[in-house]
Amino acid sequence: MSIPVLQANNISKQFHDPVTIDVLKGVSFTINRGEFVSLVGRSGCGKSTLLYVLSTMDTDYSGDVVIDGRSMRGLSEVQLAAVRNKKIGFVFQFHYLLNDFSVLKNVMLPGLKLGEYSDREVRERAMYKLDILGMADKAAKRASQLSGGEKQRVAIARALINDPLIIMGDEPTGNLDKRNADAVFEIFSGLMRDFQQTLLIVTHDQDFARRSGRIIEMGEGQVVV
Amino acid sequence: MKGKILVDIATTLLRARLRQTIVAAVGVTFGVAMFVTLLGFMNGLNDMLDGLITNRTAHVRLYNEIEPNPAQPVALAAEHRGAYHFINSVKPVNGRKEIYSVAKVIEAVTADPDVLGYAPKITAPVIITDGPVELTGMMYGVDVDAELQLYRFADYVVAGNPRDVKIVPNSVILGKPLAEKLFVNIGDVVSIATAQGEQFPLKVVGLYQSGLADLDRTLCYASLATVQKLLGQNASYITDLNIKLHDINKAPGKAAWYASLFRVTAEDIQTANAQFETGSSVRSLISYAVGITLLIVAGFGIYNILNMMIYEKMDAIAILKATGFSGSDVKSIFLLISITIGIAGCVGGLVAGLLLSWGIDNLPFETAALPTITTFPVSYNPAYYAIAMAFSIVTTYAAGWLPARKASRVDPVVIIRGK
Ligand SMILES: Nc1ncnc2c1ncn2[C@@H]1O[C@H](COP(=O)(O)OP(=O)(O)OP(=O)(O)O)[C@@H](O)[C@H]1O
Ligand SMILES: [Mg+2]
Repeated sequence: MSIPVLQANNISKQFHDPVTIDVLKGVSFTINRGEFVSLVGRSGCGKSTLLYVLSTMDTDYSGDVVIDGRSMRGLSEVQLAAVRNKKIGFVFQFHYLLNDFSVLKNVMLPGLKLGEYSDREVRERAMYKLDILGMADKAAKRASQLSGGEKQRVAIARALINDPLIIMGDEPTGNLDKRNADAVFEIFSGLMRDFQQTLLIVTHDQDFARRSGRIIEMGEGQVVV
Repeated sequence: MKGKILVDIATTLLRARLRQTIVAAVGVTFGVAMFVTLLGFMNGLNDMLDGLITNRTAHVRLYNEIEPNPAQPVALAAEHRGAYHFINSVKPVNGRKEIYSVAKVIEAVTADPDVLGYAPKITAPVIITDGPVELTGMMYGVDVDAELQLYRFADYVVAGNPRDVKIVPNSVILGKPLAEKLFVNIGDVVSIATAQGEQFPLKVVGLYQSGLADLDRTLCYASLATVQKLLGQNASYITDLNIKLHDINKAPGKAAWYASLFRVTAEDIQTANAQFETGSSVRSLISYAVGITLLIVAGFGIYNILNMMIYEKMDAIAILKATGFSGSDVKSIFLLISITIGIAGCVGGLVAGLLLSWGIDNLPFETAALPTITTFPVSYNPAYYAIAMAFSIVTTYAAGWLPARKASRVDPVVIIRGK
């Protein structure tokens, strides 16, 4: 029995700078609970753009995004922020940790923002997530002191802190060497296997895509496969 | 819960930029310290200068102005009615200087509940001689007890005991520069001649210094009785009644009332010393302007530093937003930073201002003109501290508001894509 987690309904988007171009031309697909989906396509076809729309950060589009059965159309900025906080974990290509904070604090912040658990519980949960990613011993370090691969693992731990419905990644392995990229892939598939975590990952890595459960291929603003 | 995490983030960002934060806070500290010091100093000075006047000036002075009769005979002549009267060289008749029926006036003044007290006074021009030196002067006959009580007479008597002028018969207190000119000291005798030509030897029992040098060069105080004797007048001869009220602001009304009630001229302190009022308010205005300017400059410092911080922390803002912090959360974080800088700077400024005021207060400031003042006068009015506090917090809030709003509007997509 498949439960839809994320639905893209006929999403279109244009850029008007400097000339009007249709980046997304009616993209539709559904991602079900527990799926590990790779989004592939040649450079410039609109993958990142689509991901920003799906993650609710970009609201300038037509069509509809449905997350957990709820339409994102017409939600306020604060409501969308709450959706991102609770339902979506985001992993970027360039790690994006807050350098002034410790590793542990970086992971804790979205959990503290959610406010469903006490500070102590959030701390314990953050340690647990770091432990899953093998980073528990680095918890007290400042984020800026980590290597690239380590940062990416911490970013994944942060994405997991509120047990999100779906994890989205924009080339999370794009900036890592083969060994680290493999490690991240292993983490993702482990999450899917052990926790039925839903994942939507943009990647250029053919190998990565092939090993994931499902591939959505884009070409010129449309879903090809 | 939600507030706590924002405070937490704000403090971490602050600590990460500690140096700039301190520089910004020091700007506020400087502004606030200058504000309270300047106002305290200026107003201390104002109070002192006002004191020079108000301590010694009657709120209402009753006296008998010698002036020509406003109803001249030509106005009474029927055939010239309606015509314009040119009269040259009108002279007053009868130079009566004393207040008419002074006993009745004193009775009314004593019964008036608004009156704190009154001091009767006689003014008479005299010529003071000591050997070959002859100087013109002004002789004041005073009720020493009333003067001491109402007009701080003792503050200005720099040598001798002011009460002696009442106790010792035929005694006088001379202005200090006058005594120096005459080469006399306490215990010496000077000869005083009235305009009528009578000459009296008076013993010097004290020296007086008001701070107004022109006045001190001509001035002698004696008891009422001594001056009445000098002028050959009886005990009801009083030329001035200096009334002190409970509320100085009632002076103009009281003056008008007494003038209508008796045949006296009544002058209120506001009319007599209008220029001092203006001087005081202009000085206050200038110090407020300078203080507020300093605080606004400090505000620009905060504005700059927050702008810089936001520019540097674009990534952090984008991450916070991507992970579920709303625009208003981000705005609160940066407003918190700004307010924290403001409050820290303000508290430091109030303490520094207090210390600075205290320092100025202890600087020696000795001037011959002001015998009772030995250090710079400083006012510690808590109102200035409250104003500085309120204004610095408002300024920092305003300075933080624009950058905070800018931060709240950062589009995470633009930042993430731009990387
Ligand atoms: N702000 C913008 N204004 C105008 N055009 C834009 C803007 N952002 C993206 N584009 C264009 O939209 C198209 C899609 O960009 P997008 O970043 O989504 O591609 P992508 O599939 O993620 O490529 P890559 O694999 O190289 O990351 C590109 O042609 C890009 O130049
Ligand atoms: Mg891309």
